[in-house]
Amino acid sequence: MRPADLLASSWRAIRSHKMRSALTMLGIVVGIASVVLTVGLGLGTQKDVSEQIAALGSDLLIVSPGSSTDESGMRGGFGSGETLTLTDAEALASEVAVPDAGDVAPEKTASLSLEYGESNWTTDVTGTTTSWTEVRSRDLLYGSFFTADDAEAGASVIVLGAETAQELFGTTSVVGQEVTIDGEALEVVGVLAEAGSSGETSLDDLAVVPMTTMVEQLDDSGNSESVDTIYVKAASSDSLSAASQETTSLLLNLHGLASADDADFTVEVQDSLLDAATSVYEKLTVLLTGIAALALLVGGIGVMNIMLVSVTERTREIGLRKALGAAPANIRNQFLIEAMILGLSGGAVGVIIGVGLALALPSVLGSTIVVSGLALVVSVVVAVGIGAVFGVYPAARAARLAPIDALRDQ
Amino acid sequence: MSAPVIELSGARKTYHTGDIEFEALRGIDCRIFPGEYVAIVGPSGSGKSTLMNILGCLDVLTSGRYVLAGEDVSQMDEVALASARNRRIGFVFQQFHLLASLTAVGNVELPLVYAGIPPAERRERAMVALERVGLGDKSRNHPGQLSGGQQQRVAIARALVTEPAIVLADEPTGNLDSHSTRDVLGMLDDLHAEGSTIVLITHESDVAARAGTVYNVTDGQFVGAGTGIAK
Ligand SMILES: Nc1ncnc2c1ncn2[C@@H]1O[C@H](COP(=O)(O)OP(=O)(O)O)[C@@H](O)[C@H]1O
Ligand SMILES: [Mg+2]
Repeated sequence: MRPADLLASSWRAIRSHKMRSALTMLGIVVGIASVVLTVGLGLGTQKDVSEQIAALGSDLLIVSPGSSTDESGMRGGFGSGETLTLTDAEALASEVAVPDAGDVAPEKTASLSLEYGESNWTTDVTGTTTSWTEVRSRDLLYGSFFTADDAEAGASVIVLGAETAQELFGTTSVVGQEVTIDGEALEVVGVLAEAGSSGETSLDDLAVVPMTTMVEQLDDSGNSESVDTIYVKAASSDSLSAASQETTSLLLNLHGLASADDADFTVEVQDSLLDAATSVYEKLTVLLTGIAALALLVGGIGVMNIMLVSVTERTREIGLRKALGAAPANIRNQFLIEAMILGLSGGAVGVIIGVGLALALPSVLGSTIVVSGLALVVSVVVAVGIGAVFGVYPAARAARLAPIDALRDQ
Repeated sequence: MSAPVIELSGARKTYHTGDIEFEALRGIDCRIFPGEYVAIVGPSGSGKSTLMNILGCLDVLTSGRYVLAGEDVSQMDEVALASARNRRIGFVFQQFHLLASLTAVGNVELPLVYAGIPPAERRERAMVALERVGLGDKSRNHPGQLSGGQQQRVAIARALVTEPAIVLADEPTGNLDSHSTRDVLGMLDDLHAEGSTIVLITHESDVAARAGTVYNVTDGQFVGAGTGIAK
């Protein structure tokens, strides 16, 4: 039998049962459409997160006190949280020791209560240097950041996050007003532009003061030298790993440590946050794909079910074809190709619907859906494969029918 | 005389239904030569269709030997049997067995499809066969648009199209009115006159009377075997 005739024969059988063929395809259509959507949603969310993290700057090193514990839990040791000092931060800012680093900003943060008239609001107050806006990629909404002179002198000035200003004053236009912390009056010199949130923590509920002001007037932790974090911005994103190495060796040196294994601090690259987020969304994608795979399984079982009905219903036709000279393989292939055509058409319609929804949904849901060409091709191949896999059993049943039994069937 | 088209010797067929065995053919010997018109008559349940299935390579013997056009088909596997049916046999069934989704000419082409003949040649040969049965003008009709007699003539055209060694007709007039019966039997007479070898299975002796040779079957055996009845 010629392949073209085989194909024509299968196609005719599908066309002569339009309603049934359409219903059989439906399961595959739903399955493939959901694969396209879920994979697209997973990829889209991942893209959103990458963009958010990239906006924070992927050229940033975050130095924290204490050593990170690896999976085995064997490293560690210090982790006292007080191993980074202002001296470390000043050393890192030196161009000689760390040529690949640009701006450096230490942070010393305490949760403090801010008062204005009758209202008060507790927020994280951070002492830092003038490099902070550059390093943390922040802009001012009103006023200006504190100056180098303010920082030098430990001036009583404060910069508020937009949300903090709103909570305290009921407005964000508060430059020139005074807030009181622990009885110390500080003048508001600037209000930060909104930056949204990163995970749980709002980036807009905070207050920033010069490091000297923090140490001398506000902090009562008793350890005036220690800092919580030092942000080091690489000169460019290309020099990030060089900057990371230079930072590590300088700090090891300053802390009198011989090897990186003994480090009492951790240097993290912003990218590792990206990796963490990516792995979360990869897991999400796997989960969603699993659900879609279940939908496809159900679709495949639907194909098998209908093909079995079709074999039973067409017993006489099968008998006749055999009487006229069809070999078992001819009959098997006809049913197999029917199942594959159903898979292919179901897959194609599913892809069209999936892409249609992927284009329509983002404006409703507000989330990005990335339609990947590879995912579409794979979906259609999978749909054909499902037709083949679930068509094998019915096709084999048809091929095995004895011609006399089949012809006698009424 | 030339070699026989069909040579059955000691043909036995036993059916198994659960534990029950039933011997439908009990040792049949028979030779049919090219150009012969043979009728097999017998009451219902005597084993006529069983014999027709064996002759048509739709089933195999339990014991004995069946040689069709020089090929021993008694022990052939499914694939070889399918090919033998395709090349050697033309079937005409009581229920016509036309595919409703195909046109008349499409139905006639079907055996040639399984023979792997290219479409153009197929179409041409199918049209010739349809014209032979007088339905050249109905080639595009679907079976539902044809009368019973016309449908059976399409089936006869389908049986002829491969130029088989033998045309096997099992009760071909069983579902037809008397007018169509005469029509179809006349058709078989014509084919015989043109040289085809025909085996007609029937339970009606007046239908059998048209054949050159009549075999009477009773309980799976030929009785008074091979006696020719004058036309
Ligand atoms: N597949 C089968 N299984 C069991 N018994 C069968 C089968 N086919 C036919 N028979 C039995 O064999 C006998 C002959 O049947 P059949 O050849 O169809 O007779 P006829 O065509 O002369 O009426 C009947 O008794 C029938 O019941
Ligand atoms: Mg019968």
